[in-house]
Amino acid sequence: MRYYAYYPGCSMEATGAPVEKAIKTIAKPLDIELVELKDWTCCGSSPFSGVDKVKAMAITARVLAQAEKTGLDLVTPCSSCYTILHEANDLMKEDHKLAWQVHEALTTVGMNYNGTVKVRHIVEVLYNDVGLEALASRVKRPLTGLKVACYHGCQQVRPEYGYDDREYPDWLDRMARAMGAEPVDFPLKAKCCGSSLVISETDMALDLIHRLLQNAADNGAQAIMSTTCPLCHTALDAYQPAVNSKYKTHFNLPVLALPQFIAVALGLDFKQAALDGNIVSPRKLLNPYFSGKAPAAAANQPAQQAAG
Amino acid sequence: METKLKPDFLNEVASIPACDKINECIQCGVCSGSCTTAEHWEYPPRKIIAMIRAGMKDEVLNSSSIWYCVSCYLCTARCPRDIKPANIMHALEAIALKENYKPPTKTTTMYRSFARSIEQNGRIYEFGFMLEYFLKTNPFAALKMLPMAFSLLTHKRMPLLPKAVEGRHELNRMFRNIATGGYR
Amino acid sequence: MEPKIGVYVCHCGSNIAGIVDVEKVAEFAKTLPAVVVARDYKFMCSDPGQDLIKNDIREKGVNRVVVASCSPQMHEPTFRRAVQEAGLNPYYFEMANIREHCSWVTENPKEATEKAKALVSAAVRRVFYHQPLESKEMPVHPATMVVGGGIAGIQAALEIANSGHKVYLVEREPSIGGHMMQLDKTFPTLDCSACILTPKMSMVGAHPDIELLTYSEVDYVSGYVGNFRVKIRKKARYVDDTKCNGCGTCMTKCPVKVDSEFDERLSKRKAIYTPFAQAVPNVTVIDREHCTYFLKGKCRACEKFCERNAVDFQQEDQILDIEVGNIILTTGYQLFDPTPLKEYGYGRLDNVITSLEFERMVNSAGPTTGHILLKNGQEPKSIALIHCVGSRDEKYHTYCSRVCCMYAMKFAHLLKEHVHGAEVYEFYIDIRSFGKGYEEFYNRVQREGTVFFRGRPGEVTDVALTPEEKGKLIVQFEDTLVGKQRRLPVEMVVLCSGLEAHKDALDVAHTFNISIGKDHFFTEKHPKLDPVATMTDGIFIAGCCQGPKDIPDTVAQASAAAARVLALIDKGKVEIEADTAFIDEAKCSGCRVCNLLCPYSAITFIEKDKVSRVNEALCKGCGTCVAGCPSGAITHRHFTNEQINAELEGILV
Repeated sequence: MRYYAYYPGCSMEATGAPVEKAIKTIAKPLDIELVELKDWTCCGSSPFSGVDKVKAMAITARVLAQAEKTGLDLVTPCSSCYTILHEANDLMKEDHKLAWQVHEALTTVGMNYNGTVKVRHIVEVLYNDVGLEALASRVKRPLTGLKVACYHGCQQVRPEYGYDDREYPDWLDRMARAMGAEPVDFPLKAKCCGSSLVISETDMALDLIHRLLQNAADNGAQAIMSTTCPLCHTALDAYQPAVNSKYKTHFNLPVLALPQFIAVALGLDFKQAALDGNIVSPRKLLNPYFSGKAPAAAANQPAQQAAG
Repeated sequence: METKLKPDFLNEVASIPACDKINECIQCGVCSGSCTTAEHWEYPPRKIIAMIRAGMKDEVLNSSSIWYCVSCYLCTARCPRDIKPANIMHALEAIALKENYKPPTKTTTMYRSFARSIEQNGRIYEFGFMLEYFLKTNPFAALKMLPMAFSLLTHKRMPLLPKAVEGRHELNRMFRNIATGGYR
Repeated sequence: MEPKIGVYVCHCGSNIAGIVDVEKVAEFAKTLPAVVVARDYKFMCSDPGQDLIKNDIREKGVNRVVVASCSPQMHEPTFRRAVQEAGLNPYYFEMANIREHCSWVTENPKEATEKAKALVSAAVRRVFYHQPLESKEMPVHPATMVVGGGIAGIQAALEIANSGHKVYLVEREPSIGGHMMQLDKTFPTLDCSACILTPKMSMVGAHPDIELLTYSEVDYVSGYVGNFRVKIRKKARYVDDTKCNGCGTCMTKCPVKVDSEFDERLSKRKAIYTPFAQAVPNVTVIDREHCTYFLKGKCRACEKFCERNAVDFQQEDQILDIEVGNIILTTGYQLFDPTPLKEYGYGRLDNVITSLEFERMVNSAGPTTGHILLKNGQEPKSIALIHCVGSRDEKYHTYCSRVCCMYAMKFAHLLKEHVHGAEVYEFYIDIRSFGKGYEEFYNRVQREGTVFFRGRPGEVTDVALTPEEKGKLIVQFEDTLVGKQRRLPVEMVVLCSGLEAHKDALDVAHTFNISIGKDHFFTEKHPKLDPVATMTDGIFIAGCCQGPKDIPDTVAQASAAAARVLALIDKGKVEIEADTAFIDEAKCSGCRVCNLLCPYSAITFIEKDKVSRVNEALCKGCGTCVAGCPSGAITHRHFTNEQINAELEGILV
C-alpha cells in the first residue's frame, strides 16, 4: 500500500466531480491510499498570480505546509494545481525575498514551510509507482479495439518537470495500450484546451476545443482519454455540445478521464467509474465492453462526420 | 497615442519573482511563434517584452494583449534563454489590476471575481464566481451558457451552494500580513 | 658564496613613479640585509636599464638581483636573460611587482609606497635563498602525428610533409575527406567542395612523407613534447590494402545492403564498401556488423570474385607503435541531431530534413543525383529553412555555431538554382555574415528572391487549420519585424542545426591529456593569442574540434598548427623550465598520492624502487604534489619552503 498526501483542488468538487469520484474508486484496487489534506484551501492557480504574485505564492505555500506535516509526497490530479504547486516550490528556493515574505505570512497563521515537499502529478504516480505491468495485470475488462485519442493537456508536461515529453508525451497512450485499447496518433495531444479563459473568452476557448476534437476525430478516435485535470475534462466533455452548436459539427466523442478509463478496465461498473457524470455519454460506446461482448478491431463507427 | 515612456518599467518587471531573466531576451520570437492565442494579441508576447524594455508601460497595460495568455507554457518550454513569458504576462496582469488600468477585456473582471471567491470561501465556488462575473460583465452572455450550466447541474457537476472552509480565515490573515508588508 | 643583493626600482615612466615614491623605496632597500646596491631608474627593461644590472654584477660583485617593476609575465624573461648575459645563473633573479600589484590598483601614494617597500623587502629576503637552476633541453623527434583526416588534418599534414618531414595521418573512417567531402558547394564562392578537396586528398595519398593510416584510431599516448610514444590501432578491414586496387567488383557482388552513413542514410551501401567513389585510399572495407560471413558464416562472394585475392577474413587489428615529436588534433565535428526539438518534427514528419541530408541531395554525386526531392519523389515548390536549431539555446547549445547562417543562405541559392520556381523562406534571429564576401552573398541571395523572415519558428506542424494548409508542413512563427504571428504552409523544411563536438570528444581529450571546455570543444591555450596550441606542450589543435568554424578559418588554423610544429622541429630541441618538483626518494613512502594529484600525469611510480619519480619534462611546477605529499618528500624547486617563508617575513616585518 502506497500512501500519498492528496490535494484535489477546487474544481474537483464541481466540474471535475466525476473525475474525482473515479480516482477515489480506483485507488484501493491499485494499492494506493490518498490521504486528503484537511481543510485545504485553493492553490491560487494562474488567475491569482495575475492578481498578486506574493499573495498567490502564499496561499500555494499554505497547501505545501499542510502537506509537509504529513511527511508524504503531495499528489494532485489537477494539472493547474500541479503547475502552481511545483512552481511555488522551485521559486521559493531561488527567490529568497519571496520566501521570506511567504514565511512571514505563514507564521501569522502558525504555519511553516521548509521546502521539503515533493509535488507529484497523479498520472506520474500511476505511471512510475504503480507501473504499466501492475496496471495491465489488474485489467479485468480489456478495452480491446477501442480507438482512443490520449489528451495530455498543457500543464501536465509543461513547463519542464523532467518526465514524459514536453511536446509529444505518450504516457497516457502507454497506459491505454496496457489496458488493451488502441491509442491513435494525436498531434494536438499536448496543446491547450483554453479552459483557463473559457469563462471570459468563451469563443476563443471553443475554437481551441474544436481543434482538439477535430484532430482526434480526423485520426479515427472513437473516444478521448483525457488526463486527470478537471479543466481539460470539462472543456472536452461539457463544452462538446457548445462546440457542435457553434461550428455545426457532430462530434460524439465520449471523454473518459484516465481514472474513469482505468475503472472500466479494472472491471468496475458504470456508476463506479462515474461515467454517469459525463455530458457526452459513453454508454453506447462502452456497452459492448460492459455486456461482455468485446468488439472486433474496426467494427465500431468513427465518432463524427467531418464538418467540411 | 503619445504617452510618456517609463524607463523604470523594465526594472520594475525584472524584480518580480520568476521575471528576472527578462533582460536576456534576444527577441527571437519563439514565444510569439508558439503562442496558442497569438492571433488575439494586439502585441504578441515578444513585442510585449520589447515594449517593457522600451518603457512603454501605459501601452502594455492598457492593451488587452496580456490577458489572452492561457498559461499553456509553450513559450516557457521553448524559450532559448529560459525566460518565462507566461509568468511575465501574469506579473503584468497583477500590476495592471493593482494600478487600476482598464484594458478592453472582461478577463480582468473574471480574475477579480476569482480572487474574491477565494477570499470569501477559501476555495473557488464555481457557480458563485461565474454568476458574479456574468452579472458584472454581460448577463446576456450568461444566457448562452445556460444549456451547458444546466447539463452540468443535472450531472451533479455544479453545486449551487458554496462550501466555505475554515481555512479561509487563515488565508485572509495571510493576505492582510502581505498587504501591509509588500515587496515593491 | 655570500649573497650580495642588487635592488633596482623601476619608475616605468609615470606608471609606477606617479604613485609610488620610487626614490624612497630604493633608499629603504639599501637598509635591507645583504643589499649592497640599490638604484631607481626610469625604464629598467630598456638597454641602459639592463646595463645597470650587468655592470653591477661584473664590477660590484652583485650575485643576487631584485627588480621592482612590472609583472613577471611582462619582463621576467628579459631580466633573466640580462642576468645570464652578465655571467650569473638566471634563477638568482627575483621580481617584485610594484605596478600591477601596487601602483595600478590604488590612488593613495602613501599606501602604495608602503606596499612597494613591503614587496621589495619580501623579494630581497626570498632571493637570498635562491639556488642556481639549470633548464633542461630535450630533443624534438622530427615526425608528427595528425589525428583526423578532414580538411584540417589534410592541410596540416601537407604543410608539414611538404617541408620534408614525416607525418602520420590517422583517420578512423575508411577514407580521409571528412564532412567537407559530403558538401556540395561551399560559401561564398560556390566552389564545388569535392573538386577543391580531392586534389589535396590525392596529394596526401601519394605523398612520400605522409604515412596514411585510415580505419585507424589512437589507443594510447605517452611521453611529452618532442618525445611522444603512440599506440595506433589499425582496425581490420578484412581487405589487404597492398592488394586491393579499388576495382569495385566485390561491391557489385555483395548481397547485403546497409544504410550509407556518408549519404546520411538516404541511400544504401554494401557490407563491403568504400564510403564514396573518390575514397583515399581506394581500398574497400568490410563492415563486420552486417557482413553475412561474420554473422552467419556464409556467403564470401567478395572473396570469390576478387581477382587480386585481396579479401582476408582472418585479418586482425594491428597495433602500431610510433614515436613522434608533436601531435596535431584535427578531429572535427558532428552535426547537432535535431530530434530532441520535437516541436520541429524531425523524425516524426516527412520532409523535415537536416542540413547534411540536404547537402547529399543537392550534390549531383549524391543519392538523388542533385535533385531535391520530397518523400513522394516530387520536387518541393516551397521550402522553409530554419536557423539556430539547437544553437543559441540554453536547452541544447548556448553558443552560436558561426557557419549556419551562411550555409542556410547557400541552400537558398542552390534551391533557386535547382528547383525552378521554388519559393524559399529563411527563418532567422540574426544574420551572421561576418567573413570576406559573406555580406555580399547575403545580398545576392536576397536579390535572387529568397524571402527572409525574422522570427525563430515556434513549431512545424502538419495539422491543417485551413484548406490551403492541408497536406503541407505549416511553419508557425512570428514575423517579428511586423509583429504578427503567421502560419506559412510549405512542402519541405530544412533544419539548419549547429556544429557540435564529437560524442567521444571527452575520451579523446583524456587520451591526449588536453583540456576540454563545457561544450566539449578542445580548449586552446589562449583564445586570442594562442588559438592552436593547448596547455599540453607539443599537442596542437586545429579546425572544428576547437570550435565551429568555416573552411577558410579551418585551413588557416591547420596551417598555423603546422607552422608551430615546424618551428619546434626546426629548433630541434625544447627547453624545459627549471622550477619543477623533485621527490626526495629517501623520504618517499611510496604512497602514490602524488601520482593521482598531478594534473599533468607527470609523476610515475617506479616499481623496482618502490618510490615515485617526477618526469621533469611534463612537470609544469604547479605545486599540487608538493602540498599533497603526506611525507613532505617533494620539493618545488624555486619555490622551497625556505624561500616562501622568507618572502612572507619580508611582507609582514
